[in-house]
Amino acid sequence: MSKVGTDLVKRGMAEMQKGGVIMDVVNAEQAKIAEEAGAVAVMALERVPSDIRAAGGVARMADPTVTEEVLNAVSIPVMAKARIGHIVEARVLEAMGVDYIDESEVLTPADDIYHINKRDFTVPFVCGCRDLGEATRRIGEGASMLRTKGEPGTGNIVEAVNHIRKVQSQIRHLQSLAEDEVMVFAKENGAPFETLMQIREEGRLPVVNFAAGGVATPSDAALMMQLGADGVFVGSGIFKSDNPEKFARAIVEATTHYDDYKLIGELSKGLGTAMTGIEMSTLTAADRMADRSE
Amino acid sequence: MTKIGVLGLQGAFREHIRSVEASGAEGIIVKRVEQLDDLDGLIIPGGESTTMRRLIDKYNFLEPLREFGKQGKPIFGTCAGMILLASEIAGTDNVHLGLMDIKVERNAFGRQRESFETDLDIKGVAEGYNAVFIRAPYILEVGPEVDVLATHQDKIVLAQQGHLLACAFHPELTDDHRLTAHFVEMVEESRKSLAS
Repeated sequence: MSKVGTDLVKRGMAEMQKGGVIMDVVNAEQAKIAEEAGAVAVMALERVPSDIRAAGGVARMADPTVTEEVLNAVSIPVMAKARIGHIVEARVLEAMGVDYIDESEVLTPADDIYHINKRDFTVPFVCGCRDLGEATRRIGEGASMLRTKGEPGTGNIVEAVNHIRKVQSQIRHLQSLAEDEVMVFAKENGAPFETLMQIREEGRLPVVNFAAGGVATPSDAALMMQLGADGVFVGSGIFKSDNPEKFARAIVEATTHYDDYKLIGELSKGLGTAMTGIEMSTLTAADRMADRSE
Repeated sequence: MTKIGVLGLQGAFREHIRSVEASGAEGIIVKRVEQLDDLDGLIIPGGESTTMRRLIDKYNFLEPLREFGKQGKPIFGTCAGMILLASEIAGTDNVHLGLMDIKVERNAFGRQRESFETDLDIKGVAEGYNAVFIRAPYILEVGPEVDVLATHQDKIVLAQQGHLLACAFHPELTDDHRLTAHFVEMVEESRKSLAS
């Protein structure tokens, strides 16, 4: 008997992406550049996060024409974003044949209390997290892959670093707890108990965890890999740089060889200007996409 | 101890290492060409074949990998690895290692929503083997020296040609190590015969 949409199949898809770079693209031409540069998948969008940030207003699922154009342009997997809690946007993306859905805080949430019940879907989901509580709540809802939230569209790595460090240090802390102390950790962090027990046993999350939200240079990508990320999402960083093709290739290589500093130095030579970044203290509370969901 | 490398440019290579070690051999992540010299066998893991090919080219792995196979050292390609081993790929003239006499089709079972797991009977290796297919390819045609070891819905999903083994699914994603153990045996036998 064949079974589709099982945890093994949905989580396994993310396993195949490990050590790779997933790039945001807004049309077929960018998708091809990304594929050619060695991206393991592309994220089809109408606008990259920095443009969403600049445009303001309500950000929604991309026009299906854009998603379809990207689906037809490349043979690597295609991901797309649905608003948090927007069951119908997610169903539309699933029906179109998108390979992975990002229930994403980069778009304006459709539901400010509940996330989508992702177990209902055949297509797998990736969700953002800032700490272990958020990570395990998303796993509880059926997310098959996680990523740090970071702070999208800023080109500033500081929040992504905070988030991956927080998750990793909480896993280490969890492992140091006696079994009878785990329930209080669960209560304090709003985390499902059984998932915590599993993480405590294995010393790692049961799903792949990528870095996202601020990766702008090859060194940023390598830094996130060293801090324990399984791979990297690059949003605005590539197509907002001076030379997207060169940037894309350099980020792919730096992710593979994240501890080869001589190579990363070579890769970083003459790349041109990276995207202009934003300093966190200049963002108001309303500007912070990472705080849009818990 | 038998040393089996897992090409570690991208994809699920750590899971293969775990499976190799559970099968009684030493697993080594291979990121540099010179590491190939120390190995008795090699696994090319699942991942994205286009990404792996780009990194193979970038780090001049192509000829050394071909040479490795031509020396008679066993290679096991899983999913993307099977595509890299094939001598022909449907819909393109672009061949990667071209070591194994099989014609493959990429993403032949469909996109991610069509990905599935199923129980397979593997000739001479295992019955009721839980196989995980993810955006999986399959083998369209095999040459005369290729032995078909498993099919699903009449499509060839596992085949062996002497010291080369290729499957469309992901043996590294489950705790069933029977197929990896089969490959480890192939490597142990080749090590003996290459030494004599």
